[in-house]
Amino acid sequence: MMAAVRLLCRTVSSSSSSSSCVHSGLGATLLRLSPSCSSKPKTQKRHAAHFTYQPDPVPTKHGPTVKMNLFQSVTSALDNTLASDPTAVIFGEDVAFGGVFRCTVGLRDKYGKDRVFNTPLCEQGIVGFGIGVAAAGATAIAEIQFADYIFPAFDQIVNEAAKYRYRSGNLYDSGNLTIRAPWGCVGHGSLYHSQSPEAFFAHCPGLKVVVPRGPIQAKGLLLSCIADKNPCIFFEPKILYRAAVEQVPTEPYHIPLSQAEVVQEGSDMTLVAWGTQVHVMREVATMAQEKLGVSCEVIDLRTILPWDIETVCKSVVKTGRLLISHEAPVTGGFAAEISSTVQEQCFLNLEAPITRVCGYDTPFPHIFEPFYIPDKWKCFEAVKRMINY
Amino acid sequence: MATVRGLQKWVGIGFHAFRQRSALNSSRVLQQRAFRLSGARCQQPFDSSVEKPQFPGASAEFVDHLEFIQPNVISGIPIYRVMDRQGQIINPSEDPKLPKETVLNFYQKMTLLNTMDRILYESQRQGRISFYMTNYGEEGTHIGSAAALDPNDLVFGQYREAGVLMYRGFPLDLFMAQCYANADDLGKGRQMPVHYGCRDLNFVTISSPLATQLPQAAGAAYALKRENSNRAVICYFGEGAASEGDAHAGFNFSATLECPLIFFCRNNGYAISTPTNEQYRGDGIAARGPGYGMLSIRVDGNDVFAVYNVTKEARRRAVAENQPFLIEAMTYRIGHHSTSDDSSAYRSVDEVNYWDKQDHPISRLRHYMTACGWWGEEEERAWRKQSRKLVMEAFERAERRLKPHPDLMFTDVYNEMTPGLAQQKESFWRHIQQYKEHYPLDLYEK
Repeated sequence: MMAAVRLLCRTVSSSSSSSSCVHSGLGATLLRLSPSCSSKPKTQKRHAAHFTYQPDPVPTKHGPTVKMNLFQSVTSALDNTLASDPTAVIFGEDVAFGGVFRCTVGLRDKYGKDRVFNTPLCEQGIVGFGIGVAAAGATAIAEIQFADYIFPAFDQIVNEAAKYRYRSGNLYDSGNLTIRAPWGCVGHGSLYHSQSPEAFFAHCPGLKVVVPRGPIQAKGLLLSCIADKNPCIFFEPKILYRAAVEQVPTEPYHIPLSQAEVVQEGSDMTLVAWGTQVHVMREVATMAQEKLGVSCEVIDLRTILPWDIETVCKSVVKTGRLLISHEAPVTGGFAAEISSTVQEQCFLNLEAPITRVCGYDTPFPHIFEPFYIPDKWKCFEAVKRMINY
Repeated sequence: MATVRGLQKWVGIGFHAFRQRSALNSSRVLQQRAFRLSGARCQQPFDSSVEKPQFPGASAEFVDHLEFIQPNVISGIPIYRVMDRQGQIINPSEDPKLPKETVLNFYQKMTLLNTMDRILYESQRQGRISFYMTNYGEEGTHIGSAAALDPNDLVFGQYREAGVLMYRGFPLDLFMAQCYANADDLGKGRQMPVHYGCRDLNFVTISSPLATQLPQAAGAAYALKRENSNRAVICYFGEGAASEGDAHAGFNFSATLECPLIFFCRNNGYAISTPTNEQYRGDGIAARGPGYGMLSIRVDGNDVFAVYNVTKEARRRAVAENQPFLIEAMTYRIGHHSTSDDSSAYRSVDEVNYWDKQDHPISRLRHYMTACGWWGEEEERAWRKQSRKLVMEAFERAERRLKPHPDLMFTDVYNEMTPGLAQQKESFWRHIQQYKEHYPLDLYEK
């Protein structure tokens, strides 16, 4: 969808530049485009989404629910936080008007511009600033516009935020800091709007790294990150911002960190993934059942660091086989850590080599995305080979 | 990268704006559209001689001749001073007229720091501590600025600001405990020497990565501003650290977000071996402040009263007006960069001697005190003896003390002990039990 609009914007703005480009109104420019909006995407055939979103069951424990997509559930979590914690502030690039992904819509109007504000365009500054806010005792919720642009802040995250408590002997800490960032492939994001950098951070003691698979998970896990007394990075699968819709409680609730969730029970094989890839795995499990008669247990890891070794190992002890899949490149990806740990702890139970189906060891490509991602067919093929091992 | 991102942002924003607007009823959309179109078409032609620039990015006049702005580095921002090298007040109206006890306290803290530096430097030379960094020549910047602050003001430092802690009353025992990383160290022996921190004295723990504290200080100042607590933040850094990207971030964030913050740059001429002409080509650090919309001043860092005056005023205004200030204190790094550095490899002994003998913050204050009749040879001799004794006693106590319990290697990584870490701790102890003769267990608390 976004690609279509982007394409459109390029075409039309070039054709209409003579008449309207002097004008600053974004809305005007786009309204002008609207007539062609319906016709263009037809000519530009898009590859179907590589996953089918499967909503979670409607939660009953946390009061009334409202239909929300993922970006709305993030807003809801932020709204709950600002309402209950007067020290909490939200900042980053373009968050004031609602954010480029709409995650902060309405919050500035509701809570004031000293609590929801734009920063200069500088990621190291955003994270450094957030650490300072947290060190002074307030709650800091920083946004990095795309996970791809978190690397300028790598030093502040790895050398500073993660080590603040340890190095000071617990005199000072950055535990009140949460960094949110849109994450993962989006169909057309190419090198710098698609990355999944969780493994870079998984090597850094002191951090927590969390990835939700849908709106209910996003809100509960984000609220836990914000409440957690450690610096957390919360990666939001941006392809799900609009695509994933389910009933989300409006009141605050927490989903515990460092706890994986068995989203589907099975007996022959364990499939582990996080973020969007959980939905791919669910489809793979269905395919395996239908085509091969193989019963797969699907686990959403949810927290990358510190991860839930127990749940994963318990499952592998039962099934004897483990397939791990992530969008990020395979070498040095977090699947390697899971694989090696499970191999150490479940050696006698393993009946086939642990298999990783991941992105290739290349940068994330533009036009080749359908071939790059570890889609259900690649995962299904791996299941087939493992079961016949 | 910037271009692509710019595009993406533009598209993202446009996309959502479109979505939102399409939800409005159609007549309103049409109205809006008509309004915007007519706005574009109704532009009146006007006389170009009275034309005012309308660019949102700057407020300025047009100019009809081509002229690049020339940096003024020959005659830079002047250096504010209160007393000359003989300790004489130059302009009586600038004399802070501090009472005798305050001035004596300044002097004693500066010299006590100096004594501690000498003893800890020597102790590193003898291999008794692993590392040390002295403060020679920069004592005035620490004490003068610290004295001008409120004790509740939060301090972010680099590593050459031990005098600030000294001024705030950090005990010699705790300085030593940190350098020896013994069981009394508030930091639990985890960081290299001179990485001090003290929560009670509002001094944020030092870390080695340079300039990371600048944007952090901005964030802390922002949080304090929201607390409405009448507190300011001061952030110290060297002129070398000011080259880091984080310095740019910190300056810009604090200005745009209106933070009650004092940036205090110690420009001592060197970043390890790199002289300032390889560090920057502008008029030092102070000249950068106005570029960020920051009030800035340059001060004689060897003049404790000048440092005191500028910090006092910056502090007052930072809190009252919620805006950042930049102070560049010109000084000279008399000592080596650290105990791992021999500065004679890149600068002359004569150069160092000039600053040590002719223009030193301690001797200048002593001249002042002598002229006031507040200090003489006798007091000097007695204080030297006493300060040396205080330092030596703390030193010996610190050296006798055991190192912290090895369990402390595993705590505070997270607020809680994670299961993974608990397991690693257990496995560590199993290993230690089996191979204890190969580890220095007797030096550590049990």
